[in-house]
Amino acid sequence: MVTTRASTKYMTEEQAMLFNAFDPLSGKRLQVMDEKGDIVDAKWMPDLPDSKVVEAYKVMLYARIADTKSVSYQRQGRLYTLPSNMGQEAAAVGSAMALEKIDWMVPAYRELGAWLVKGATMLHYFLYFGGSEEGSRYPEGTRLLPVSVPISSQLCHAAGIAHAAKYRGDREVVITYFGDGGSSQGDFHEASNWAAVYELPVIFFCNNNGYAISLRRDKQTKSKTIAQKAIAYGMPGIQVDGNDFFAVYRATHEAAKNARDGNGPSLIEAVTYRRGSHTTSDDPTRYRSADEEKAWEAKDPMIRLRKYLEKKKLWDEDREKKHIEEATSDIDRQFKQFEATAAPTVEDIFKYQFDEMPDSLKKQMVELRNFINRKEG
Amino acid sequence: MAVMNMVQAINSALDVKLADDPSVIVFGEDAGLEGGVFRVTEGLQQKYGEKRVFDTPLAESIIVGSGVGMAINGLRPVCEIQFDGFMYPAFNQIISHAARMRLRSRGTYSVPMVIRAPYGGGIRALEHHSESMEALYAHIPGLKVVIPATPYDAKGLLISAIEDNDPVIFFEPKKIYRAIKQEVPEGEYRIKIGKAAILQEGDQLTVVAYGAMIRTVQQALQKAKKDGLSVELIDLRTIYPMDADTIINSVKKTGRLLVAHEAPRSFGPAAEIIALVNEEAFLHLEAPPARVTGMDTVVPLPKGEDLYFPDADRVYDAIKRTIDF
Ligand SMILES: Cc1ncc(C[n+]2csc(CCOP(=O)(O)OP(=O)(O)O)c2C)c(N)n1
Ligand SMILES: [Mg+2]
Repeated sequence: MVTTRASTKYMTEEQAMLFNAFDPLSGKRLQVMDEKGDIVDAKWMPDLPDSKVVEAYKVMLYARIADTKSVSYQRQGRLYTLPSNMGQEAAAVGSAMALEKIDWMVPAYRELGAWLVKGATMLHYFLYFGGSEEGSRYPEGTRLLPVSVPISSQLCHAAGIAHAAKYRGDREVVITYFGDGGSSQGDFHEASNWAAVYELPVIFFCNNNGYAISLRRDKQTKSKTIAQKAIAYGMPGIQVDGNDFFAVYRATHEAAKNARDGNGPSLIEAVTYRRGSHTTSDDPTRYRSADEEKAWEAKDPMIRLRKYLEKKKLWDEDREKKHIEEATSDIDRQFKQFEATAAPTVEDIFKYQFDEMPDSLKKQMVELRNFINRKEG
Repeated sequence: MAVMNMVQAINSALDVKLADDPSVIVFGEDAGLEGGVFRVTEGLQQKYGEKRVFDTPLAESIIVGSGVGMAINGLRPVCEIQFDGFMYPAFNQIISHAARMRLRSRGTYSVPMVIRAPYGGGIRALEHHSESMEALYAHIPGLKVVIPATPYDAKGLLISAIEDNDPVIFFEPKKIYRAIKQEVPEGEYRIKIGKAAILQEGDQLTVVAYGAMIRTVQQALQKAKKDGLSVELIDLRTIYPMDADTIINSVKKTGRLLVAHEAPRSFGPAAEIIALVNEEAFLHLEAPPARVTGMDTVVPLPKGEDLYFPDADRVYDAIKRTIDF
């Protein structure tokens, strides 16, 4: 028998169904599609046109290629340290696609696929990880925040953005990402508690990729799942197969609907695996085995979505090749554009610190500029 | 005009801004129903409702962190941290986000937020309730730090702080919350952030102070006046950005400088002011710049407090020695 949690009591019966069916303490995890690309739980299959699913796969593949290329550019010294998203594309793209344009995305730093869906381009990515703040200058209205490196601090901003939305009566929803490691931070607790107390439209989306740098998930928290932490805050939580595009999409879609209807926040734990290193400066062989990596390779999110599409005759080797070609040339073009971008000027360093530059800062700017002019004669 | 103490003047500033700007919201621990532990927000929830003036969970990081998010999404949050010594749980949010969101996003997002906190010592309080850590905040690129010394200034500066498009740390000297009463207009007026005030003109020495220390210095100056000494007193009002011109012009005239603050000495605001004067008015100096400050120790519990904070005698002594040098 499924008990109904207090945290789902504001929802309609239909809304509460998914969260009640996968109560975090029941040990159940939402999986719609298995590793072979077969639909194993049709009940929760999201209602998506085929074209959308193809589009999702294309973005995932694009992100995979972009990611792989970025790592090699970094190895060549053409980009700086960067965190790979490889293996986590379904969680990134599936969650982002379940949102609407008016919704906000408050990222951590490892959700490339999600940013691309939200409106970032590879040029932004290259600029940022190539060492320029210009990479966080997204087009007006993108509603995507810059990455947040201090772990889980961004969860507070998501709560605040949602607070402002609710204050104005706007129906926008905020999704924010964090990792399994991030669930140990105080800000995870503070933001979850705040969002629940004020019933704010926030989706706390945890990418549980098994590790926080070298620390295994089972050493990060004694909780059996991260999803179950939701219960303490009085919000619904659910654990999903994070490598299953459909499960991720469905859970995020329900969470967004609930939030938009004024039912408050929820927590989604996407169980996935970081197939690359933590960042380009990290060596995973120090803390995990080749066998483990191999086992997760078989669960890769790209493989199963491709199998699904091929079985439905929506995709084949030719299309795969063509898309890889197109994506590669698009990414190359943007990388060239990045490499041709002028270095920041002295003004660029100073002019965004304040709305109006204080005199003391103007003085520092002039001193630095004069020195450089003198030096360069 | 009404006569107000600083608590009432700050309340009045919040009242004025809540009334004329629907994007202003006020929140903090016990700041709603009760009106805050110092009653600074008293009556505002009753007047503007729970949506605009509210109690928060007991959690400083999210008080500031949610404020960052609210500001990004179009509000002007004014949050209260219950005491100066409890800002630290929010430090990450202040330094890593509030202070740099504008720069990091190339101006796409900004954080027009005010963080208010009762500040400073002298009220015989518990541990962690007497701190003067303004240098920590003034050191962080992207923050403005304001410390008023009078009810009139408190109101005008707070209105400016709320209207400012960047984050402002607004420290309220709790020792003088109710000590000074003054005529304060009930309506809206502004005092520019970054502008010091010359409270007394003189030509032998420039004294720079701010917050509750202004009163202490004024007591010392009464004695100095009897001794026939001519001292110029500058109330800094804003720690960052600092009004360099007012200080430099004054020192060029007087040739001597004394800075007084409650904060610990090393790397404190006085060090910055003295460095500034050395850079800009070195050849005008007739005596080494002096400072009267708190100690590089933790603020003592109430029995030892009077030893720690500079009093009028210590200030007078430094005035005399600097002029007699
Ligand atoms: C507050 C803070 N402490 C430490 C770090 C250094 N650090 C960067 S990523 C990371 C691990 C994060 O793990 P997790 O939250 O699981 O996210 P993942 O990197 O696996 O996506 C650490 C410790 C940091 N960025 N911020
Ligand atoms: Mg992790």
